[in-house]
Amino acid sequence: MDLQIALLLGQDGVTNGAIYALLALALVLVFAVTRVIFIPQGEFVAFGALTLASLQAGRLPGTVWLLLAMGTAIALIEGATAVRARRFRRLPLILLLNCGAPLLLAASLLAVSPAGLPLPVQVLLTLMLVVPLAPMLYRLAYQPIAEASVLALLIVSVAVHVTLTGLGLVFFGAEGSRTPAFTDASFALGDAVLQGQTVLVIVASILLIVALYFFFERTLYGKALRATAMNRTGARLMGISGDLAGLLSFTLAGAIGAFSGVLISPITTIYYDSGFLIGLKGFVGAIIGGLASYPLAAAGAVLVGFLEAYSSFWASAFKEVIVFTLIIPVLLWRSLKTRHVEEA
Amino acid sequence: MKRSLHSTILLLIFIVALLAAPALLSEFHVTLLNYIGLYAIVTLGLVMLTGVGGLTSFGQAAFAGLGAYTSAYLTTVHGVSPWLTLPAGLLVTAIVALSLGLVTLRLSGHFLPLGTIAWGISLYYLFGNLAALGGHTGISGVPPLHILDVELRSGRDFFYLIWAILLGLILATRNLLDSREGRAIRALKGGSVMAEAMGINTPRSKIVVFAVAALYAAVSGWLYAHLQRFVNPTPFSLTQGIEYLFMAVVGGVSHVWGAILGAGLITVLKQWLQDWLPRLLGESGNFEMIVFGLLMILVLHRARDGVWPMLQRFWPQEVRRAHAESVPRLAKRPLPEPGSVLLEVTDASKCFGGLVANDRVSFRVRAGEIMALIGPNGAGKSTMFNGISGVDPLSSGRVSFRGQRVESLPARRIARLGMSRTFQHVRLLPAMSVIENVAIGAHLRGRKSFIAAACRADRDEDAQLLQEAAMQIERCGLRDQMYEPSGNLPLGRQRLVEIARALAADPCLLLLDEPAAGLRYVEKQALAELLRRLRAEGMGILLVEHDMEFVMGLADRVVVMEFGRKLAAGLPEEIQRNPAVVEAYLGGVE
Amino acid sequence: MSAPLATEERSVVLEVRDLSVSYGKVEALHGLSLRVHRGEIVTVIGPNGAGKTTLLSALIGLLPLRGDLVYLGERQSAGRSVEQLVRQGMTLVPEKRELFAEMSVSDNLLLGAFDRYRAGHRDQLETIDHVFDIFPRLMERREQMAGTLSGGERQMLAMGRALMAKPRLLLLDEPSLGLAPLVIREIFRTIAHLRSIGVAMLLVEQNARAALQVADYAYVLETGNISLEGPSGSLASDPRVIESYLGLGGRH
Repeated sequence: MDLQIALLLGQDGVTNGAIYALLALALVLVFAVTRVIFIPQGEFVAFGALTLASLQAGRLPGTVWLLLAMGTAIALIEGATAVRARRFRRLPLILLLNCGAPLLLAASLLAVSPAGLPLPVQVLLTLMLVVPLAPMLYRLAYQPIAEASVLALLIVSVAVHVTLTGLGLVFFGAEGSRTPAFTDASFALGDAVLQGQTVLVIVASILLIVALYFFFERTLYGKALRATAMNRTGARLMGISGDLAGLLSFTLAGAIGAFSGVLISPITTIYYDSGFLIGLKGFVGAIIGGLASYPLAAAGAVLVGFLEAYSSFWASAFKEVIVFTLIIPVLLWRSLKTRHVEEA
Repeated sequence: MKRSLHSTILLLIFIVALLAAPALLSEFHVTLLNYIGLYAIVTLGLVMLTGVGGLTSFGQAAFAGLGAYTSAYLTTVHGVSPWLTLPAGLLVTAIVALSLGLVTLRLSGHFLPLGTIAWGISLYYLFGNLAALGGHTGISGVPPLHILDVELRSGRDFFYLIWAILLGLILATRNLLDSREGRAIRALKGGSVMAEAMGINTPRSKIVVFAVAALYAAVSGWLYAHLQRFVNPTPFSLTQGIEYLFMAVVGGVSHVWGAILGAGLITVLKQWLQDWLPRLLGESGNFEMIVFGLLMILVLHRARDGVWPMLQRFWPQEVRRAHAESVPRLAKRPLPEPGSVLLEVTDASKCFGGLVANDRVSFRVRAGEIMALIGPNGAGKSTMFNGISGVDPLSSGRVSFRGQRVESLPARRIARLGMSRTFQHVRLLPAMSVIENVAIGAHLRGRKSFIAAACRADRDEDAQLLQEAAMQIERCGLRDQMYEPSGNLPLGRQRLVEIARALAADPCLLLLDEPAAGLRYVEKQALAELLRRLRAEGMGILLVEHDMEFVMGLADRVVVMEFGRKLAAGLPEEIQRNPAVVEAYLGGVE
Repeated sequence: MSAPLATEERSVVLEVRDLSVSYGKVEALHGLSLRVHRGEIVTVIGPNGAGKTTLLSALIGLLPLRGDLVYLGERQSAGRSVEQLVRQGMTLVPEKRELFAEMSVSDNLLLGAFDRYRAGHRDQLETIDHVFDIFPRLMERREQMAGTLSGGERQMLAMGRALMAKPRLLLLDEPSLGLAPLVIREIFRTIAHLRSIGVAMLLVEQNARAALQVADYAYVLETGNISLEGPSGSLASDPRVIESYLGLGGRH
C-alpha cells in the first residue's frame, strides 16, 4: 500500500466513520431515553437514500404509502381513545395531524414533478417523508409496551426491522440506487484528491453533531430528554412524560437516519436492505461507548469506519467478518471493566 | 413422576400421530414435518435460554451452521463418519458458545443478543467467503447417515430420527428444568441478587444454559446437513436466527411444547405466504418477513406468553401435589456453641457518591440469640444487611463470620458458610410454586449437576431437597399453599416463603429484613414463636423490623441506628427508655 | 365533569374520600379520607410501613387508586396521569428525591419549570431567583452536579425544583429523611415560610414532632388506616401517638 492508497482509504474511512458516528449517537440517545435498542435505525438510512433517489427519478416514493398507512392507523387508535373518553373536540386535530398532513404531502408530490425541483427542496421533501415515520413507529410499536423489559423491546425492534426491510423491497424493488453527487468540486491534497462530496459529508456530520450538542446542552427540551434518560420517575414528576420523550428521541433518530441516508446516497449504491449493515456498524460504535457515552460512541464509530476501509483493501472478502468480529474484543474489554453483574 | 391422565393421553395421541405420519402423508408434507422438527430443536434451546433463563440470542442459526459445516467439511474432505462428526460439531459449538458467553454474560442482559447479532453476521460472511467451505455455493455431496446398515436417504427415512431426537431433547429439557440446576436457571429470571444470595453461581448457570441452547442448535444443523446432503450459508444467516426467535415467542417462550408449536406455525405460515404473497405483489422476495414482523409485534403487544398457553386452557392443568415423604433427611450443618460469636461487624462503612449510608458501625451477633437492628427510615439498616451478606459490599470495615473474614467475598461464598437472608422487597419467582421457590434455598445442599438431571439420575437427591423444602414450609405455617404459585399469596405470606427459603439453606445465621411487615396479628405471633424455636435450637438471628411491639417482645438485644451510625445498643427495655432513641423515633426540631 | 362548588368548600384544595390503594392483590390503604385547605399544612404521620409513601404516590398518579379524589374542585378520573396533575399545579417532592444526578443544580431547577415552559410561560429566570432567595445554598452550588450534593442540599434542590412549577399543592414525602437535626430544622423553617406565601402542603413524615410543630392539622396513619386525626397542637400531646411509634402500649 502506498501513501496515495492509504490516503484514499483514509478518506473512505473518515466519510463512513462520520455517518456511523451520527447513527451511533442516535442509538445511544434512543436507548438512554426509551431503553429501546433501535435496530431499525439503518432502515431510515436506506429509506432516506432511496426516497431521494425516487424523487430524482421522478417516481412517487413508496414511503408516501407507509406514511399514509401509519398515519391512518394512529388516527384510528387515538380517535377510538378520544371517543371512548368522550373528548370529541380532539378528533379534528388527530385527523389533521395524522391523516391530513400526509395526504397534503402526497398531493403536492403528485401535483409538482419532484424530479425538476432544486436539490435542497428534494432533500427537504425526503426528510418530510421519512422523518415522521420514526415517531409514528414509536407510537404504534413501542409506546403500548413502553414499560416492558429491554429484552422484549429489543425483540420488537428486530420485528420492526424485518417488517421495514420487507416493505423497502416492496417500495423500492431489489435494484439499488445511487444519486448524483451533490457537488463536483474536488481539492488537491498533496498527491491525493479530496472529493467535494467527502468534505460535504464530514462538514455536515460535524455540523449536525454540534447542533445536537447545543440541543442537549442549551434547550429545555434537550435537557428534558437527558433528564428522562437519567431518572424517569423524576422526569415524570416534572411533567415530562415518557411518551413525549419517546416521540422526541425517535424523531431525532429518524432525522439523523434519513439525513445520513441523503448524505451517503451519492457515495454508495444503496439497496432496500443496505441500511441494516450500516446501522449495525453504528451499533458497534455505540457498544464501544457502552450504549451510554456519546463521545466514546462517536469515536468508536469513526474507528469502525477506518477498520472497514483498510480491511476492504487487505482482505476485502472478509471486510464484514472483521468489522463485526471487532465486537468480541470490545465486549470483552467492557466486561472486564464492569465490576459486578448488573440487574436487568 | 406421576402425571395427570389427560396429559398422558394427549402425549400418546401425539406420538401415535407421529408414528403414523410418514405412512399417511405425502412426500411434501413429510418434508415439511422434518423441517418443523429441525426448527423445533433449535427453538427448544431458545425456550430454555429466553423463556426460562431470561436471556436471548439471535445467533442460533449460526450455531446450527457450526454443527452443519463441521460435519459437512469433515465428512466430505476427510471422510470421517457422520457419527464422529456429531461430537466434533458439538465440541466446536461449545467452544464458540462458551467464549462468546464469557465475554458477554457479565454485562447486562442486552449485550448478549447484540453480541449474537454481530456474531451471526460475521459467521455468515465467514461461511460465504472461506474457499475451504465452498464459499457462497457451499459444500455438496455430504454423505447420508447410516443406522446399523440402513441408509437414511429419503425424507421419510429421516423423519423418525429427527422426531425421536426432538422428543428426547424435550424430555431431557423437562427433566433438567425440574431439578436443582433447573431451578437455578429459572431463578435467573428473578434477577441475580436473590440467586447469588442463595449460593447459586449465576454466571455459571447463564453460560451453561447458553451453551446448551447452542448445542441443541448444533444438533439440528448436523441433522440438516445429512438430510439435505448439501450445505450453504443461507439457512444459517441472521434472518434465520431472527426467525427462530419468532418461533419461540409465537409458540410460547416459557413452554417446551411451545417450541414445536411455534416452529410448526411459523413454518406452515411461511410456506403459505411464500406461495401467495409474490403473486399478490407481482414480484418475488422475502415478503413473508413483513407479515412475520407485524405478527411478532402483535404477539408482544397482546399475548406476550405466545400461543401455547392459549391452547393449554382447553385441558385441565396437572399440578404436582406430592413429594416423597420417606427419603433420608439431608445432613444438617453442626451449629456453633450457643453464646459463641457468629458475626462480628467492625467499623462498617458504606458510601454512595457523597452520601454516607453506614458510618463505622460495629456490633456482634452470637449463636442462640435474636438481635434486632432498628432505626428510622433511611438510617442505613438494609444497606448494612446488603454489606454483611455480600449483596452490595461495604466501602470499608471488617465483617467476620464464624471467625472468617467475609467482607470481600461474593454473596454466594458467604451463603456457603452458613449465612442466609430474606429481602425487604420480596424476591420470589411468582410463577413458580412455593415448594420450588423454597427448594432454591437448598441449592447448596445438593450436588447433582446438569447431565444427571437431564437423565434423571438425580431423583434421590432431588426428593431430599424437596422434602427439606416441604418441611421448612410446614414450619412456617404454609402447608396448605405449598403447591400454589408463590405470586398468588398475599405479600405477608410471601415474606414467610422467603423465611422458609432461607431456612432451607440450613443456616447458622439468619438475616431477616422486615419479616413481620404485612402479617396479621396471629401470623406475627406464630412467626415470633418460630423464631424463638430457632433460637432455642442455637441459630443466630439478625432482624430488621419496624413493628416495635414485635421487636421488643422477641429480641435479646437491640441496636439502634440513625443517620447511618450506631445510636444505641442494649436490652429492649433499656432501648425503650433511652431518651436519644425516643428522640430519634419521634424526631423534633427544638 | 366539574361539580359546582359550595362556597364553604371553595377553599378546599384537595379532598379525598374513601381512598384505597392496592399493590397487586394486597391492599395497602383501606378507605381513608382527608382534606387540605388553601394555605394550610396538613401532615400525615405514622410509623414506617404504615402506607404514607403509598398515599402520596397514589395522589400524584403514580399508583392507581379507588375512591373519590377532588382536586381544586374537580373530580379526578381514575385514568388521570402524573402529567395532567402536574399541569394542574400538584407537585410531589419524592422520598428518594429523584434528582437528575449528572446535571447542574440550575439545570435541575429549570427542568422543574418544564411543564410551565411547555405551556408557554417564560418566567423561569424570575422563579429561579425566587428559589435562590429561599435556598441561598442552591445559589452557591448552582453550577455543581446534583449527584455531588450532600443529603441536606439534595432535599433543598428537590424542594426548589418542585417550587419552580409554582405549585398550588405541594406533596412532601419525608423531607427530613436521613438528615441531621440542624438541617431538618432548616427544612422545616422553609416549609413554614412556604405556607406564609400561600402554598398548600400535604406533608408526610415519620419525624412526628417536627411535623406536628409545623402543621395545622394532622392525621396519624397506621397499617393503612387513619387511627387518629385532629389539629396538630392537640395531637402533639396525645400519648397514643407515642405508643403507635414505639410499640409501648399492649394494643390488640
